[in-house]
Amino acid sequence: MSLHFPQVRRLRALTAARISVGAAKAAVLLIFCAAVVVPFISIISTSLADSRQVYAAGGLVLWPERPSFDAYRAVLSGGVVSRALLVSIGVTLVGTLLSLVVTTTMAYGLSRSGSFAHKPILMLVLFALLFTPGIIPNYLMVKGLGLLDSYWSLILPVLVNPFNVIVVRAFIMNIPADLIDAAKIDGANEFQTFVRIILPLSKAVLAVVGLFVAVGYWNNFFNALLYINDQTKWPLQLVLRTYVVNNATLSASDLGGAESLPPQQSLQMAILVISLIPIVLIYPFLQRHFAKGVLVGAVKG
Amino acid sequence: MAVNTQCRTATGGPPTEVETRHRGRRSQRFHRDKSLLLFTIPGVCALLLFHYVPLLGNVIAFQDYQPYLGITGSYWVGLDNFAIIINGDPAFLQALENTIVLTFLQVVFVFPAPIALALLLNSLAREWVKRVVQTILYLPHFLSWVIVVAIFQHMLGSAGLVNSWLRTHGYTTISIIGNPDAFKGLITAEVVWKEVGWGTILFLAALSQIDSTLYEAAEVDGASAWRQMWHITLAGLRPLIILLGILRLGDVLSVGFEQIILQQGPVGLAVSEVLDTYVYNNGVLQGSWGVAAAVGLVKGVIGTALVLGANKVAHLFGEAGVYKKP
Repeated sequence: MSLHFPQVRRLRALTAARISVGAAKAAVLLIFCAAVVVPFISIISTSLADSRQVYAAGGLVLWPERPSFDAYRAVLSGGVVSRALLVSIGVTLVGTLLSLVVTTTMAYGLSRSGSFAHKPILMLVLFALLFTPGIIPNYLMVKGLGLLDSYWSLILPVLVNPFNVIVVRAFIMNIPADLIDAAKIDGANEFQTFVRIILPLSKAVLAVVGLFVAVGYWNNFFNALLYINDQTKWPLQLVLRTYVVNNATLSASDLGGAESLPPQQSLQMAILVISLIPIVLIYPFLQRHFAKGVLVGAVKG
Repeated sequence: MAVNTQCRTATGGPPTEVETRHRGRRSQRFHRDKSLLLFTIPGVCALLLFHYVPLLGNVIAFQDYQPYLGITGSYWVGLDNFAIIINGDPAFLQALENTIVLTFLQVVFVFPAPIALALLLNSLAREWVKRVVQTILYLPHFLSWVIVVAIFQHMLGSAGLVNSWLRTHGYTTISIIGNPDAFKGLITAEVVWKEVGWGTILFLAALSQIDSTLYEAAEVDGASAWRQMWHITLAGLRPLIILLGILRLGDVLSVGFEQIILQQGPVGLAVSEVLDTYVYNNGVLQGSWGVAAAVGLVKGVIGTALVLGANKVAHLFGEAGVYKKP
C-alpha cells in the first residue's frame, strides 16, 4: 500500500485540479448565459405581471404571480404601437423581397467570368465594401430624391449589400455549368435559365441571405432616425426608442383608448417583447444555416 | 463554356486585322452577354445611386453648403471647413478623445473576448453543453441596438431588476445608467454582451481546422497544456486574428453610432460625444453641413488608409492579411 501512496496522491491532486478547472469553466459559462437569459425572463414576466406586483417590486419582476395579457391588449388595440408594428412588418416584407430580387439578379449577372463588363461591375461591388460615403452625403442624397418621410427611405438605401451579392454569386458559380449549357441547348433564354435553373438550385443560400436581410430591415433604427420625422410613419424601433429607452409616458390617447392602462413598465416590456418575437421565431432557422459556414466560406474565399 | 466558344468562332468569321478583331470580339461579347448584363442593371443602379453618387457628395466638405442652394449653387470655401480640425475646436477634440478612449477599451476588452470564449467552448467535452451555450450566446447579435440599450436600462437602471433586488434586500443601489463616470464602461459591456457569442463563430471554425495530430505530437514531446495552447492553438488562429484585427482598424474611428446616440441624453455630450454623433448632431441637427461632412470625410479617409496600411505591414511580416499579395 505504502508503495502506491505517492502515485495515488499525485493522481488525486490531478483530478482535483481537473475538477476545479471544470468548475471554473462551468461558472464562467453559467454567468455568461445567465446574463442573456435572466433579462429575457424578466422582460417577459414584467410584460405579463399585474399592476399590484409591478408597483410592489418598484420596477421589473422576475416571475409573474398572476399572469395577464392586459399590457399586450392595451398596446395592440390601435394607436402608436400597432401602427408602428404594421409599418415595420410592411417595410421588412417589401424590403426583403426587393433586396433578394436585386441581389440575386445581380449575382447571376456577375456569375460568368469573362462575360461582357464582368470585371468593372464586380469592381463596383467590391469597392463599395471598402469605401462608405458617410452620414451627411447619404442624408443629402435621400433628401435630394425627395424620400424624406417616405417608407422608401427605409428600403432603397440598404437595398443592395455588396457582401450578400458576393455570397450569392459564389453560390451560383458553384452550380455546374453543364446544367446551364443544357438549358441553353434546349432553347432557354437567360431569363428562363435564371428562373427555372438558378433560382430553384439557390434556395438554400437565398433562405439564409433573406433571413439576414429581414433581420436587418426589422432592426433598422439608423435610417429611420435620419429619414423619418413624421411620427405617424415611425417603425417599431423608433417607438421603442421613445417609449422604452427614453421612458416617454404612454397615455391612453397614444394607445387604442383603453380606460385604465396597465403599469408603464408592463407596457414597455410588452412593446419590447413584440419587437423581439420575429427575431426569436426565425432564430432557429438562422442558427441552422450560419453554423454550416455560409459566412465562414465567404470570409475565407 | 465550350458551347460558347464554338458559337463565337462559328458566327464571327475569320478576323483579318488586330484592331477589327478586338472590336469585333467585344461587340460579339456584348451581343452574347447583353441579356446577362440586364440582370446587373437594378443592382448597379442601386449601388450608384446610394453609394457612389453620395461618395461624390463629399465635395460639400469644401463648400459653404446651403440646402436651398444645393451642391451646384453653394460657395466653394477651400479648406475652411477643415479649420475646425486643424485649429482644434474644443467640441471636436472632445469627440475625438472620447472616440479614441472607447476604441482603446474595445480593443482591450471586446476584441479578445470571443477568442477566450471560443477556446473555452472548444475545450468542453460534452457536445450538447456547447450547443446550448452557443444557442444562448448567439442570440443577442440579432437584436437591434435599441433593444439592447432598452434591456440594459431596464436591468441596471434605478427601477431596474438589479436595483429593485438590492433595494428590497436592504443594500445600497448602484448607479450605472445615466452616470457619466460609468458611461464608457457601460458602452463596452453592452458591446461584449451583444457580440461576444457571435464573434466566436469564426474562431470556432478556425479551431476545427487545426490538425489534431499536432496536439498528439506535442503530448509525446511533453508539452504542457499552456504550451500547446500557445504554440498550436493560438498559432493556428493567428491568420484569422490578424485578418479581423486589420478589418477592425478600419473602424477605429467609428464606435457604435446607434448605440451611443440612444444613450447620449442623460449623460451629456462631454463623455458621450464621438465623431459619428458629432457629425450627426452638427450636420443633420444643427445644419453645419460643410463642417460635418469634412469631419466625416477625414474619418473615412483615415479608416481606409489604416486598413490598407495595416495590410501592407501584415504583408511585410509574411502574413496573408485581408487580400493576397498580387
